[in-house]
Amino acid sequence: MTRRNPGPADSGHGRAGWGRRVVGSILPGLPQILMGRWGTGSTALSVWLLLLVIVVARTDRLLAAVGGAWDERLALLTTVFGLMAAWGWCWRDLGASTDSRPSGIDQWSLAVVAFSRNRTAVAGLVLIVLIYMVALLAPLITPHDPLHMYDLTTSRLQGLSTTHPLGTDHLARDVLSRILYGARISLTIGFVAVGISATIGTLVGAVAGFLGGAIDNAIMRFVDVVISFPRLVLLIAIVALFESSITLVILVLGLTLWPSTARIVRGEVLVLREREFIQAAHALGYSRRRIIVRHLVPNALPPVIVAATLGIGNTIVLEAGLSFLSLGVQPPTPSWGTMVADGRDELLSAWWLSTFPGLAIVFTVLAFNLVGDGLRDALDPRLRS
Amino acid sequence: MTRYVVGRLLTAIPLVWGIATLMFLLVHLAPGDPALQYITPGMDREVVEQVRANFGLDQPLHVQYGRWLGAMVTGDFGYSYSMARPVADVVANAFPNTLLLSGSALLLAFVIGIVLGTIQAVRQYSVTDSLLSVILLFFYSMPGFWLALMLVLSMSLFANAIWELPIWFPASGMTSADYDLMSPAGRVLDRIWHLVLPTSALSLALAAGIARFMRGSMLEVVRQDFIRTARAKGLPERVVIFRHALRNALTPIITLVGLYIPFLFSGTVFIETVFAWPGMGRTIVDAIGTRDYPLIMAASFFFAITVVVANLIADTLYAVVDPRVRYD
Repeated sequence: MTRRNPGPADSGHGRAGWGRRVVGSILPGLPQILMGRWGTGSTALSVWLLLLVIVVARTDRLLAAVGGAWDERLALLTTVFGLMAAWGWCWRDLGASTDSRPSGIDQWSLAVVAFSRNRTAVAGLVLIVLIYMVALLAPLITPHDPLHMYDLTTSRLQGLSTTHPLGTDHLARDVLSRILYGARISLTIGFVAVGISATIGTLVGAVAGFLGGAIDNAIMRFVDVVISFPRLVLLIAIVALFESSITLVILVLGLTLWPSTARIVRGEVLVLREREFIQAAHALGYSRRRIIVRHLVPNALPPVIVAATLGIGNTIVLEAGLSFLSLGVQPPTPSWGTMVADGRDELLSAWWLSTFPGLAIVFTVLAFNLVGDGLRDALDPRLRS
Repeated sequence: MTRYVVGRLLTAIPLVWGIATLMFLLVHLAPGDPALQYITPGMDREVVEQVRANFGLDQPLHVQYGRWLGAMVTGDFGYSYSMARPVADVVANAFPNTLLLSGSALLLAFVIGIVLGTIQAVRQYSVTDSLLSVILLFFYSMPGFWLALMLVLSMSLFANAIWELPIWFPASGMTSADYDLMSPAGRVLDRIWHLVLPTSALSLALAAGIARFMRGSMLEVVRQDFIRTARAKGLPERVVIFRHALRNALTPIITLVGLYIPFLFSGTVFIETVFAWPGMGRTIVDAIGTRDYPLIMAASFFFAITVVVANLIADTLYAVVDPRVRYD
């Protein structure tokens, strides 16, 4: 039961282990792939290779980043820590022999095993890790400055070429660089907004479900009102009435998504409330707060995690939509939605302007959807095979 | 049955009241004075006060709230100054167009979704199934406005001007320029021709969601005893699937109508903007551009009410279809 990585490659530990360690020191993750754990292995390997290429090809920018702007320093830190993490993880992972793993198997490690068997979900996770790396490392990897306008008379709306792999836009800026920087906006807004809504939704849902009665009724009626609103229309109304900014967009997205989380959590809590372990907690005289925070919420979390992962994808689409209507992120900050909107007027003469930022949205959202689906299957004991 | 519908209608009333209150709070929480649009810098103080009084803005908040609710009940949504017409007029003109677009999209989405979902479930774990799953998830992850632009790019602009294909579709509008000169049959065809791209752009993501749901629902039904019985008594597979399984698998799909209508309306905002479709979504976007607050508020309120009504219809339909739902 304790063996997490069965397979022929796992049979010996003596000399073969050292061979693996040598391979692992040069290419972390490769031994894990050979051992059949291609999910974690390929993540480590691709992070390692990506960072190594950056170190070799962008040495000048890395050195310049030491005294540069905060995002350049962050990129430098990401590079260093990423390399160390990939290498250290591989070494530690190989060092830990299978017999010394803890013998008890809890709900979460079962889910991890189930998840790592799902190839499409793991592919989604690898894609998400790569997109996050791109967002963090943008100052090091972009071929051009995303805000720099080249000569408007000669470089405007140029097609795909070696200097501008995805062409230039109507202000003669490099499209590829802007797409790479655009990942920051989408990921930040998606992550923070869903973080806000998952926190509020979980607490409100748990309190409503636990207390019941009039408080539950009032909260759930309010939830009904917010849910029955077309979310985009509500967003548009709010953003139009107030001054649009990234903070406002994040807040509004976060504060309009929580009702559906609250509804999920309340449903879970209503079931959990009647279970023996909660009654035992009551019998032990635990405070309401302790029962909610320590016992109800952790057990109601799996569906919240699934909803949050799918919610990030949804939120990225919504943010792109708001930016498309020029209600979201304001120029010149590169955002995928704004870029698609900019390309709208040049569809026939410069098809690449709208096409590639849109593809970036599609693949990012697809990655979150794949992981969300995988989590749903992995976290639900009934769906585990 | 009647009691059920009446009961549901009664629960919808506080919901509508809640929405109206939310809108009121939003308008009053927003910074700035709604009367500011009518006030020019050189105006006399007295005139400014008069303008504020004309809009009732000098009244205490609870009085304004009461007036707001009264106006909502009587259908008086104020005056749209950007369109120079009563808001109710603007909405009455735009709403049928949105209904046409979203209605045909809903229909198309359900047809595609049910067909593909059934194919997937019948051929579970086959190449067709996994290929369709990937393609559907791809469409499911796609922002509607981008799909719309890509359809315009490939099916309209490129198909017409560069590839010179025999079939292409118009990129904007509801009718051709010479619509008034057409025969009645030609008019219908012209309308459908203009509907093709916006409807596809609006419905494909929905269809993908429905197909995913349909596949799951169908797989659940196919495992049940009565399907085994149907097969055991020698019915052809076609009859088993279409007569016995499909009907039962469709029941939970109906709840999706209510669930998807808010998404559908959100979608129309983008699709109407891209295709210059003169509906509610585009009205809202234009109203934001001109800061026409009465129009923004009324259109949002109208959208929300439509969603409430649609949910009501979906619930009632569900109760009709599924005898297990009790009316009391």
